[in-house]
Amino acid sequence: MVKNASSPRTTRVAPSSQKRPAQLTERRAKTEGRSNAADISAERLSPDATWQRRHLLDLDDFSAAELVVVLDTAGAMKEVLARDVPRVPALRGKTIVTLFYEASTRTRASFELAGKVLGADVINVSAAGSSVQKGEALLDTIRTIQAIGADVCILRHHSSGAPYLAARESSFRVVNAGDGGHAHPTQALLDAYTLRSQLGDLRGRKIVIVGDIAHSRVARSNMWSLTALGAEVVLCGPPTLLPPGLNDAAPDAEERDLPPVRVEHDLDIAIEDADAVMALRLQRERQSGGLLPSLREYARLYQVNGERMAKAKPDAPVLHPGPINEGVEISTEVAHGSRSVVEEQVANGVAVRMAVLYLLLRGEQP
Amino acid sequence: MNKLLIRGGRVLDPAQGVDEGADVLIVDGQVAAIGGDLDVANTEVIDANGLVVSPGFVDIHTHLRDPGQEYKETIATGTEAAARGGFTTVCCMPNTEPAIDTRATVEYVLRTAMSGHVRVLPIGCVSRGREGHELAELADLADAGCVAFSDDGSPVADGALLRHAMEFASISGLKVIDHCEDLAISDGGVMHEGWVSTRLGLRGQSAAAEETAVARDIAVAAEAGLPLHLAHISTRASTDLVRAAKQRGLPVTAEVTPHHLTLTHNVVAFGENGNRDNDTLLYDTNTKVNPPLRSADDVAACVEALREGVIDAIATDHAPHADYEKACEFDEAAFGISGLETAFGLCMTLVHSGALELPTLIERLTAGPVRALGLQRSVPNLGSLVEGAHGDVVLLDPAAEWTVEPERFASKGKNTPLACRTLKGKIVATLYNGKVVWSEERVEV
Repeated sequence: MVKNASSPRTTRVAPSSQKRPAQLTERRAKTEGRSNAADISAERLSPDATWQRRHLLDLDDFSAAELVVVLDTAGAMKEVLARDVPRVPALRGKTIVTLFYEASTRTRASFELAGKVLGADVINVSAAGSSVQKGEALLDTIRTIQAIGADVCILRHHSSGAPYLAARESSFRVVNAGDGGHAHPTQALLDAYTLRSQLGDLRGRKIVIVGDIAHSRVARSNMWSLTALGAEVVLCGPPTLLPPGLNDAAPDAEERDLPPVRVEHDLDIAIEDADAVMALRLQRERQSGGLLPSLREYARLYQVNGERMAKAKPDAPVLHPGPINEGVEISTEVAHGSRSVVEEQVANGVAVRMAVLYLLLRGEQP
Repeated sequence: MNKLLIRGGRVLDPAQGVDEGADVLIVDGQVAAIGGDLDVANTEVIDANGLVVSPGFVDIHTHLRDPGQEYKETIATGTEAAARGGFTTVCCMPNTEPAIDTRATVEYVLRTAMSGHVRVLPIGCVSRGREGHELAELADLADAGCVAFSDDGSPVADGALLRHAMEFASISGLKVIDHCEDLAISDGGVMHEGWVSTRLGLRGQSAAAEETAVARDIAVAAEAGLPLHLAHISTRASTDLVRAAKQRGLPVTAEVTPHHLTLTHNVVAFGENGNRDNDTLLYDTNTKVNPPLRSADDVAACVEALREGVIDAIATDHAPHADYEKACEFDEAAFGISGLETAFGLCMTLVHSGALELPTLIERLTAGPVRALGLQRSVPNLGSLVEGAHGDVVLLDPAAEWTVEPERFASKGKNTPLACRTLKGKIVATLYNGKVVWSEERVEV
């Protein structure tokens, strides 16, 4: 069932506007290309068609066409990964540095493997055990990595915007592997890849993102990419865990540059006829921070469980970016049940990150 | 006798209600006369033709960082920045290291300022070490030369201590200035809470953090029956609270900064104008300031309140920082904008847009701040060109355009969100006690 893209929605975050600053108008123009998603996916554009980016910082200005280029490239990378000897020399001679200021299992491991499959040299730097622990400033660390001769730096940082600083102040390319509460573009790309492999064209598909939206970089990046691909995105969570600015009655609503998503606080309503459900990790410190009465109360209201999934479309896949708090944001039966695509997400993560590295670095001479 | 004539300008002295083409005669560092037919024998002449002649501006909220943080600013560089910005008097905030909470520190500031470029009037701490627990020796600080008290940078979170400070300060006839912020509500937010903070994934600081503190302060002041000054208010509801308090006849005064009158939270992400490279989000740490840059509606409310006189004064909250304190992650960056040298030009955008009349702007930079803090008790006739006043004069060209080049600031703090921006309205010359302390080449003395 494909809904008309112009069907009325109760809460539009970014209503169409008459007066919009020039810079925002330009952004909006990019996002209006969204409705073409299906046509482009049908054409399966060659990966060479459109990729002019120097960095991958977020998906906020990606058109549907550009997203499809990445996802199609990831599809080709999956074929590479399925070979007996999954190695290609596409990025031989390139140096990839992963610089992680936060703990990570999936993202870091998949980036490292992605680089190695493509023949690049991969150096891992962690905040713990590096000069960062001695108080080295981010910019100094960035300059050190530049001096080493990195072609691309994959940066995860606890402060929103840190990859933008790195991109502005260095000569290498930057891939955002998660910055604070802001963005996690490769996660959103692997989510989009997984959803498309499950559902096909995402136009008109209802995708419910449940949980701690306010602090979630995964949700933020997904809002941009999924709406760009034509999906109807519904955010669901307690008011304490939803970010401000989603109220279109505010005086400055017309100038807001946010993706067109809908907010529904009641999960039992939000999940009705959902084509896919994405549960987010709940940080336990949200309780001590006064944002939640208890994990029990949260689970009672917002846990994705079998009973609730019965209200979604039959076979609607369940995604989770990991790591999972079983029994909190997702029940054990659902996390490990037949609708869960959590492991597929991880596997797709390698292919998607190969695609990103390849698209960023391929044209350059070593 | 040392005589100086400022000839042919438009003299704007809101304290006296003067707005006319006239000459200003300064004799031995003091204003001797304003008029058209002055005795000009043996007189040096400054040609002010085509310029506005105003009393020197008075900034009641300046961070000079001296003592203790001289890498950010010194009294020498800060007062030079003031002179370039048209300010001939600055009231320096006490969040130095050590804080200005003893007579010795006040005396250090005043002694060092003797060789500064403009007048420095120190503001003393409300509490020892600005810790918010015990009162500083307010009367001794007043005797040493403090003109007001504040723990600025931090609120006086304890409402009882605020009241006691107001009561003790009243012994010396001085006011308390509060930085209005409920820290439990602001909760570590690094920018205004709104759609831009959502867009950037930055922790927001809600407008209510300021507004609840404003409301509490007004209630405490009302009960004590004592005057209170509110630093850098920035939201519509704050202006409404101050308006209501004034309508009740309460002696509450308030200031607003040039940046809160002109910039919104949009600039954190998208920059000030289309000239910048907006391919990616900016996370411009030079826009990080406390209180944070607010919504367009808040900005409009502040402008309106300033125009009405609900807000008494423009104050820069000049907050210089070293480059490395801004060249870092947004979360890590220091709060503050280096504002002395851009204040007039930035405020002039309101005049050019028709939101504010020039005489009103000048009033809020001269007589307004003097009245807000009662500074005429410390310096008679401050903020005016009345006969006998200090020869503190600024010559302005409201129509001249210039480009903000932070690397050319006199201030050590190059932290401004206005770099490369063209402003219309500039300071042509600044006179302090009848001496030119800053001038462009074209002024012949």
